[in-house]
Amino acid sequence: MRIHTDIDRCTGHGICESILPSVFEVGDDGLVHLLDGELTETMRAALESAVVECPSQALRLEG
Amino acid sequence: MSNRAGRDPHLVVVGASLAGLRAAESARRSGFGGAITLVGAEEHLPYDRPPLSKEFLTSDDPSPTVLREGAVLRDDLAIGLRLGTRATGLDASGRVVATDDGDIPFTSLVIATGATPRNLPGGDQLRGVHVLRTIDDARAIRAAIDAGARTVVVGAGFIGSEIAASARTRGCEVTVVEALPTPLARPVGETMGRVLASIHERHGTTLKVGIGVDGFEGEATVRAVRLADGTSIDAELVVVGIGVAPNTGWLTDSGLQIGDGVECDDKLCTGVYGIYAAGDVARWHNPTFNARMRLEHWTIAAEQGGLAGRNAADPAGATPFETVPYFWSDWYGNRIQFVGIAAGADEVVTVLGDVEGDSFITLYRQGERLIGALALEQRSQIMKYRAMLSTGASWEDAMAFAKDRAAKLAAKAAAADTG
Ligand SMILES: Cc1cc2nc3c(=O)[nH]c(=O)nc-3n(C[C@H](O)[C@H](O)[C@H](O)COP(=O)(O)OP(=O)(O)OC[C@H]3O[C@@H](n4cnc5c(N)ncnc54)[C@H](O)[C@@H]3O)c2cc1C
Ligand code: SF4
Repeated sequence: MRIHTDIDRCTGHGICESILPSVFEVGDDGLVHLLDGELTETMRAALESAVVECPSQALRLEG
Repeated sequence: MSNRAGRDPHLVVVGASLAGLRAAESARRSGFGGAITLVGAEEHLPYDRPPLSKEFLTSDDPSPTVLREGAVLRDDLAIGLRLGTRATGLDASGRVVATDDGDIPFTSLVIATGATPRNLPGGDQLRGVHVLRTIDDARAIRAAIDAGARTVVVGAGFIGSEIAASARTRGCEVTVVEALPTPLARPVGETMGRVLASIHERHGTTLKVGIGVDGFEGEATVRAVRLADGTSIDAELVVVGIGVAPNTGWLTDSGLQIGDGVECDDKLCTGVYGIYAAGDVARWHNPTFNARMRLEHWTIAAEQGGLAGRNAADPAGATPFETVPYFWSDWYGNRIQFVGIAAGADEVVTVLGDVEGDSFITLYRQGERLIGALALEQRSQIMKYRAMLSTGASWEDAMAFAKDRAAKLAAKAAAADTG
């Protein structure tokens, strides 16, 4: 399972961070950053909701 | 599987925009095996509204943002589309939606008909006077801005302010007229409403507050806006942004409880089994703030749609909708973000940046509790406060956190200066 971020689309709303703060963080540059750490199956539902809730359609889940 | 009405399961979603789309998609993704039909009055596939007052007016290449391709909906998710079809009535006990294109029986229903902008008397009869809700509205406004129209925006709310900022960014002469003494007092409070209003003045947009609009001048086409003090402002483009009314007209005889929107419980249920509402049209009980709310925010409409779809697919397993309200607004390239609520604040404290500058964070206190946070160009900070709000953080904790962040940012800046 991999999460792909499209930095050209991201405008730093941080909805992803509010859903999964252990995976996503909006940096001082105002863009999403992926934090280190394993993505586990237990996170799948939350990752999927981060993908659909992103107002800029900047996230994609692969695998 | 058969159900109470003895019919095959059929989820009907009325309103094919953000909340309705999410409802249909999430019902399917949660495993609902019956038929799903998405009914929408607009001819268009669901598209995104926030860009209409922002990039659509300012970018070189305006094109609508379609939220989901028709093929994905029809083929991948087996969602039937009835676009260009308007619901005209609801028989809640007989479980039938009446439309201008025939009756549609259902076993469960999600109401997601959103809201319609209010206009001023005479506004809909004059060329050059617009409201902004649909892609067609946006195209007309864009054309006037392209032509360099002198622009008057009536109402200094978020959408009005964005339209003003976009027109100004494109080089138009822009005046915003607001009847209230302080713009945005309801969503962000008096103090911060004044702060946000000053952004307009810094960018050369004229702001007139505490004065009403009396009417329009012009025969078939608008020529000027007449104010309550007898003066008038010449304009080729007038955009009326004085708020919206929830689209509940078609539900008048349904027996559902309608007030300012469709009244729902904490699970977004209307009180009739299997009938839910979501998005701008829904008023529900938000357990996080123990208050009834009807919001007009993108994120909330999306989240509510998702939950209403799941609940409608499985009413017996329905769960409540709890959220910390979030909205954003982009003016002159600056991002404004707000989390929580402003009403009832005892105090506002700016914990980072400068309210006269281009970036700050302000926290809202009620009693001992943090209830809201407003940010201008502080994208990395705001969601930290949303997380605190969702757990009911104390004011003391929020202030300690803010101090810590400010110290870290200062240290970072100092290191960057010397290194
Ligand atoms: C210009 C603009 C800019 C915005 N910017 C922001 C922003 O920056 N940040 C933010 O948080 N929010 C913003 N919003 C608000 C956000 O877009 C709304 O909260 C969201 O669109 C609500 O979605 P909805 O599906 O509930 O309603 P709507 O998007 O209003 O959709 C309702 C749909 O139902 C259809 N319908 C109505 N009546 C019927 C009927 N009887 N039968 C069938 N169909 C019907 C309508 O045609 C419409 O397509 C903005 C809105 C606008 C208009
Ligand atoms: S929600 Fe989307 S736009 Fe916002 S920070 Fe995450 S990826 Fe970026």
